[in-house]
Formats: sequence, C-alpha cells, structure tokens
Amino acid sequence: MSLWTRFPLLKGYALVSPAVLLMVLALISPLLLLVGISFTVETGSNDEWAFSLANYEFFFEKSHYVNSLGRSILISTMVACATVLLAYPAAYFIAFHVQQNKMLWLIMITLPFWTSYLLRVFSWKLVLGYNGVVNSGLMWLELIKQPLDYILYNTNAVVLTLAHAWAAFAILPIYVSLQKIDKSLIEAAYDLGENRFRTFMRVTLPLSMPGVVAALLLVFIPTVGDYVTPKLVGGPKGLMIGNLIQAAFGRLDNWPLGAAISVISMVTVTLVVCLYLYGIDRARRLMV
Amino acid sequence: MPASSFISIQDVSKHFGSIVAVDDIDVEINRGEFFALLGPSGCGKTTLLRMLAGFEIPTRGEIFIDGEQMSGVAPYRRPVNMVFQNYAIFPHLNVFQNIAFGLRKDRLAGDELKTRVNNALSLIKMKEFGERKPEELSGGQRQRVALARALVKNPKVLLLDEPLGALDKSLREQMQLELRQLQKIVGVTFVFVTHDQEEALTMSDRIAVMSAGKVLEVGSPDDLYERPQTRFVAEFLGTMNVFDGSVHARDGDSYIVDTRDLGRIRAGVGAQEFSDGEKISVALRPENLKIVNSQTSEDIDGSVSGVMSNTAYFGNSAQVYVTLDGSEQALVVSIQNQDGAASNVAHGSRDITIGWSRSSVLLLKDA
Repeated sequence: MSLWTRFPLLKGYALVSPAVLLMVLALISPLLLLVGISFTVETGSNDEWAFSLANYEFFFEKSHYVNSLGRSILISTMVACATVLLAYPAAYFIAFHVQQNKMLWLIMITLPFWTSYLLRVFSWKLVLGYNGVVNSGLMWLELIKQPLDYILYNTNAVVLTLAHAWAAFAILPIYVSLQKIDKSLIEAAYDLGENRFRTFMRVTLPLSMPGVVAALLLVFIPTVGDYVTPKLVGGPKGLMIGNLIQAAFGRLDNWPLGAAISVISMVTVTLVVCLYLYGIDRARRLMV
Repeated sequence: MPASSFISIQDVSKHFGSIVAVDDIDVEINRGEFFALLGPSGCGKTTLLRMLAGFEIPTRGEIFIDGEQMSGVAPYRRPVNMVFQNYAIFPHLNVFQNIAFGLRKDRLAGDELKTRVNNALSLIKMKEFGERKPEELSGGQRQRVALARALVKNPKVLLLDEPLGALDKSLREQMQLELRQLQKIVGVTFVFVTHDQEEALTMSDRIAVMSAGKVLEVGSPDDLYERPQTRFVAEFLGTMNVFDGSVHARDGDSYIVDTRDLGRIRAGVGAQEFSDGEKISVALRPENLKIVNSQTSEDIDGSVSGVMSNTAYFGNSAQVYVTLDGSEQALVVSIQNQDGAASNVAHGSRDITIGWSRSSVLLLKDA
C-alpha cells in the first residue's frame, strides 16, 4: 500500500503545498513585513530600530497626505464608474447582438493589452498633449484658435487614461454575467407588459449586477495604488497615493513611512469597498 | 378580412432564412377554448405560438385576437400572456414579486396589488410561498408560479409552451387535471403547445395536429383519434396498424379494399369518398382487434391469422405482437386484462387468428 492511499489527507496537503508556499513567500510574509516595518522608526545611525507610531502620526498630521489619499479614492471611484459605464454597452452588444464570432470580438477588445501599459499611457499623452491629436484636430477643424492646455495634466486625463487601460477588466465580467441571462426571462418581461427600457431596468440590469460589481472592484482596487498614469498624465493636481508611496520608498528613502502609507491605503480601500458593496446591495433592493 | 372567431390565424407563414417553419396556416380558435397545437418537434408549433405572443413576426398572413389585428403590435401591448417552457421565473425576485411583476405597470394601489397577487397565490394553492425564492421551489411549484404570473394579468389568451414537459410522469398527470380545472375556473382561452399526444387528448377541447409547418387536421380529441383523415394523424395519435391498399369497389355501405397483408377486406363508409382503384391506407386500432377463438361471439367481418411474436404486459392491458402469415408485417393487438385474459393469451398457443368488425376499419387518403 502506498503512502498516498494510507494517508489520503497527505495527498491533499501535497497538492496544495506549492500554492500555499507561494502565497506565504510572495504574499503573506511581505505583507507582514510591511505591517511590521510601518510600526518602526530608525533611532540611530547604526541601523537601530524601535517600535513607534510616529509614521502614522506623521501621515495624519500632513493634510497633504490625507488629501492625496482622498483624491486617490475619488479618482479611482470615477475611473471605476467611467469604465463600467463605457464597458456595459460594449458587453451588452457582444452578449445580445453579436450572433457569430463572439470570441473574435472579445479578442479584439483585449487587443490593446498586447502592447505595454507604459506605451499606452504615453500614447494618451500624445493624443491629449498641447500639440496632440485632439488639439491639432480641433485646430484643423477651426473650432479653436489655440491649443487647449487643460485637457492634459489633470484629473480628467488620469480618469480617461485609466478607464481605457482597464476597459477589458470591466467588459469581460459584465459580458459573462449578461451572457448567462436566460433570454426567455427578457421575453417574459416583455410578455408581462414591460417595454425595452423597463425590462432592462427590472430584469437585465439586476441580473447582470454580479458582473457590474466584479468590474467595479476589479478596476477600483488596483487603480487606487497606480502611480505611473498620474505621474505621466496627471500633472501636480492629478497625483495619487501611489506617487507618495513610491516617493517614500525611493527618493525620501523612508521605508517605514512608505510602509505606513501602504497599510493606511490598504485599510482605507478595504473599508471603501465594503461601503460600496453595502450601497450596491441597498440600491438593488430598492430597484426591485 | 375581419375575423369571426376569437383568435383567427389567416394564411400565416414564417420563414427563417431559407427554412419554412410555418407554412400557410389557417386556424380559428373559439373563446374559452382549451386548444392544443400538437406535433413532433420541429413542426412549427412553437413558432406559431410565439407569433401569437408577438416574439416572432409572420413573414406573411394576419393574426387577429378578439377582432384586433396583431401585426405590428409589440409583445408587451398584446392581450396575451405566456407560460414559458422553462417557466422563466425571475431568479432575483421571490414568488410574490414574480407574480406582481406584470402588475407594477398597471399602477395598482398597494392594497389592490396585494389582493390580486394573494388571490393568484391561492388559485395555485401556494398561499404560504410568497416569500420563497425561486431556487427553493420544485418543478411543479415553479410551473404554478409561472401560471399565476400570467393569469394575474387577466389576459384574453393564455399561451402555454410545453408547460408540462419538464415534470416527471406522475406530476405531469396530476398537473394535466389541475390545468384543465384551472382553465374551467378562470374561463380564459388556453392555447397550448405539446408534442405529447396523450397530453393533448386528455386536456384539450380541440387539437390542431401539425407536421412540417402545416396544420393537417383540426378537431376534437375523439374526432381525431377515432376518425382521422390522414395517415400522419392516424399514426401520430396513439398506436395504429397501417397497411397500404387500394379500393376495389364500393358495395352499398362499405368499400371493398385489396391489401397485400390482409387480403381483400371490407370497410365501412366514413366521411371520405374514394374512387375505385384509388391508393389508400388501411388503419386498424389495436384495441379494435380481437383474438378469435371458438368462444368469440362478437361480429367479425374480417380476420387474418399469424404467429404471436411477442407480448407486452401493462397490468390492466397487454399488447400482443402478431407476425402475419405470408407477410413480414407485424400487427399490434391490445387486449383488456379481464379475468387474466392477458396471461391466458401469453401462455396459450402461438398460432392465433385476429378479427375485426367492418366499422372499425379506417380508410385514409395519402397512402
């Protein structure tokens, strides 16, 4: 009798161990380390460390830091909403109106992701810039006399760039949840006297909410910590919490502070997500 | 042309690309009738039902419901409601909300809405189930909720698409009776699609038998079963022994018919007229055939002998399969199991003679 058959549990542990190992090494221990570092402060020059809440105190004393966290949450919320609003019609079209080659459409939607993220952000810079595509196009049409200088280096530019960058992460879950809806439910709503719009509001939208929520979270959570896009297209007013974390770990060489900002940011995102989920649930009950 | 009957389907065709799903159908349905569209899958019965509901638009032809022309009328403006094949219960709503779904638009006051939904719930004997979620319901309960949801709208016509198809046999038989009773109570015209001939026979006032996009015959269950006009209907409803034959001559109130398998036989004159030499089908119901022996007292106008090849025992009856002498063809005979008749036959001699009366021989066109 082999070892596996004698101890069936052992087989299970053996099978999960690579994943558990990876999680512990690559996720849990760095996270614990991060939380640990955030509660320390350098006391002397000889690499001496002591427990302290100073980093957290520092963060909440500087309105500049708190504001940028608030702005990050706001920008990411706008990005998530904008992405879902733009993605929903696309997903709806593929789910209900494309009869053949749905796969081709889905691949085409993910096509921009075959190029580097940086390249895409730079492209937006070219599109929105002072001498960019939008400005020169408008000038050529003689709608404006001078290039507009307020379309790049601000919050809107960040929202637009991120919404485009994360579109596929919203389209795919919404598409899946729409695709799963039994078409006879929509016919049943028509049959019971509801027109297209009311049917959408009372049947299609509530039934696709799992996809919408997934899309909102998939876009919201990672974009809070993004620092490349705000740095490249955000200008001074578009900076986000990620830029501060990057600065603390880099230029300022203050790892404990960077760790503290990271922890605060993670906790805030968790709380905000819980709030959103609660709000969506309430809204869904009211919609019915 | 204005319609005289309650539902009037006039010259209706439906093409899907090059496929003709419904081919030039005329059907008239009366008010308060329980009407079945019966046929094998792919015969166009569901397409016809969906055209009544407004989900499909006829390629040609007109549909009138209660005198009103339906072309161009959206599904949500038609005076019909439908029970879908899979019931289409909204999974995000509870039973009460499902039934109330169609009433929200009618802007009923809260109390009246509650009263109407509760009345519907008691009609389907599910008063206690208002708060249940659809996933907590059994198949039969879902079906009732679908019924209540459609009936609570007070439609002029209730459309049912294979409503019992998803239920198991005993539940199906119970629901057949319940549906029939429900229809009597509410008095709404029911148009009902099924591929199950037994279901159509038990439940309907009239049946339209469809095949390949056409309506072959319309009639009451006993009309269609006992006096079918076409071979397809004869074979589709119940079990039927059918033989090719040709008319030899008419002799008073009977036709003399030549067949290869049964020889020259006599058949009573029915509704259809045949000319001499016409190719026809000869049909005999298994229950109209008798095993002939020395004690047989009934009138036998024709008989044929053969070898019993098999018997199928059903408890209250048995089917005997007989291979005819000098022919490959099998004949099915159904015998009532009175005083152990079925087992007597099964254990008796294998060489038997089968007889029938002249009036039970059916002559059908399109041989």
